[in-house]
Amino acid sequence: MALAKSTAEQIKDLAARYPSSQSAIIPALWAAQHEQGYVTDEAMHEIAEHLGLPPSLIEATASFYSMFLTRPEGRHDVVICINAPCMLRGADEMVAYLERQLGVRAGQTTKDGAITWHSTIECLGACGGAPMMQVDHRFEEDLTPERIDAIIERLREEPAPHAAEPKPEVAAAPAVTPAPVKPEKARPAARPRTKKVQN
Amino acid sequence: MAIRPLLTKDFATENLEQLAVYERTGGYSGFKQALEMQPDALVDMVKKSGLRGRGGAGFPTGNKWGFLPKGMYPRYLVCNADESEPGCFKDRYLMEESPHQVLEGILIASYAIGCNLAFIYIRGEYLPQHEALEKAIDEARQAGYLGKNVLGKGYDIDVILHRGAGAYICGEETAMLTSLEGYRGEPRLKPPFPAVKGLYGKPTVVNNVETVCNLPHIVLNGAEWFAAIGTPTGSGTRLWCMSGHVNRPGNYEMENGTPIRELIEEHGGGVWKNRKLKAFQPGGASMMVLLPQHLDVGLDFDAIAKAGSLAGAGAMVVMDETTCMVDAARRYVKFFEHESCGKCTPCREGTFWMANLFDQFEAGEAKPGDIDLLLDIGYNIDGRSFCPLGDASTWFPRSVIKFFREEFQEHISERGCPFKKSVQEAVA
Repeated sequence: MALAKSTAEQIKDLAARYPSSQSAIIPALWAAQHEQGYVTDEAMHEIAEHLGLPPSLIEATASFYSMFLTRPEGRHDVVICINAPCMLRGADEMVAYLERQLGVRAGQTTKDGAITWHSTIECLGACGGAPMMQVDHRFEEDLTPERIDAIIERLREEPAPHAAEPKPEVAAAPAVTPAPVKPEKARPAARPRTKKVQN
Repeated sequence: MAIRPLLTKDFATENLEQLAVYERTGGYSGFKQALEMQPDALVDMVKKSGLRGRGGAGFPTGNKWGFLPKGMYPRYLVCNADESEPGCFKDRYLMEESPHQVLEGILIASYAIGCNLAFIYIRGEYLPQHEALEKAIDEARQAGYLGKNVLGKGYDIDVILHRGAGAYICGEETAMLTSLEGYRGEPRLKPPFPAVKGLYGKPTVVNNVETVCNLPHIVLNGAEWFAAIGTPTGSGTRLWCMSGHVNRPGNYEMENGTPIRELIEEHGGGVWKNRKLKAFQPGGASMMVLLPQHLDVGLDFDAIAKAGSLAGAGAMVVMDETTCMVDAARRYVKFFEHESCGKCTPCREGTFWMANLFDQFEAGEAKPGDIDLLLDIGYNIDGRSFCPLGDASTWFPRSVIKFFREEFQEHISERGCPFKKSVQEAVA
């Protein structure tokens, strides 16, 4: 599947911004994944052409970074952190609960195609809200079995993020500070983006 | 010494991420004032302030700038926003709440070192923070804070926001530069240091998000004012990311030198569930464990180093009496195994071997000689790896063996983890 003309233009624009077009490889892979949901061999060849680089270099880079998907997934991608700070606050129990509720193992997608339970993951920088999961590109913190149920219910209805209309999202609760903490505030409309993934 | 909001002092202001609101709190006046100064005077000012890098190593920022070879251009500034150290979530908070403060710091640093193109390398997972910075950069460009002939002062500066794609190693400065050049994120040999030969082979400074956030305040209030905050060798404040078994986890900005006890007991509300403190870990996944007897140590690079650990990137992971220290060490070792880039053998093979052994301890399959084997492997990785990732993978597990060796022995004699409750039981 060839890249859309707008994506190809975007890649050329990116290349022009950097002192070296090679620096645009990761941004170009993001653009391809954003458009198509994952990175295909064909897309990598096309990126190589636009950047004037050998395809092997594009693939060498793409295969190093865990967030580039190489195969299609369900509409939503879910990972749970099990690094020590999350483990201390019950991440293993959340993993067991999620697997039981979804009825799938890591790497599998629910039968309705709604949710890919991708894998456990290493620290995502939400230790203050542990245990946490990442749904598509957004953090869900302070998980409990009840919150997981609510998230699953929502995801079964929601379209894939890159197919959804932009809509306001509520940011994760601000971390605790000594200063008076302001209430959760509405974030500007999220640009639709592709799903994230980690191995 | 106590709570001392400096970088976070305006974080209660509604909509601080918007340029107009940030300007109302005094935002960009530091940059404007910096533009009235000679770049060399700025470098001297930061040297005198005693500001040390907040990314982990604590290297004096002004000295780092001073290493740039004279007369060699172009020069680049790369702001390290690839916060990935387990236990750390301060840069995320700074970028989310006040992206303009980050940007203002970058502009001041760029002007000081004579750089006309700066980069922010942000970890791929930080999407809302990426969006916040993207918006801030657009706003600042429209307001004339970046672009050609900034504020009519004849200085050109542009900032490129570069998104990573999931690799802890890219937080190491040379790996970050390799990644920014489009390659696999593998570290490079030092020397040559980035100051001499960095991005695209040009002189480059890499500064952490929290480090640059200090700059507007130093410029506005002076080096002496900043140096008077904190300790003689650790001026200023730091954001401490408290997590684990405390009642109130989160980010706390504390004056350097404040006792750890105050952070955990007073601000964190103490250990949760009325349990006793078993251990805590400052700095992040890499750093050595400390014990309740170390609670009166000050939150400061040198004081924590003297106590046998490192302040690193400002994490504070608290562990209560029910914690299996073997499992805690296992999580970190598996993290390093997963994140090892594979370039050098001690780290690639050593972290894999340690992770296997830790799995055997948890599964009840470890043998009596395995504790010493872990120490031996650790000894052979540390100082023999290509970059600090390999070295750091051994520090926490070796410190845990030092202080909690009997827990490893129990895992052997009881053929499994004495702390483990059944997962099924826990979620039933």
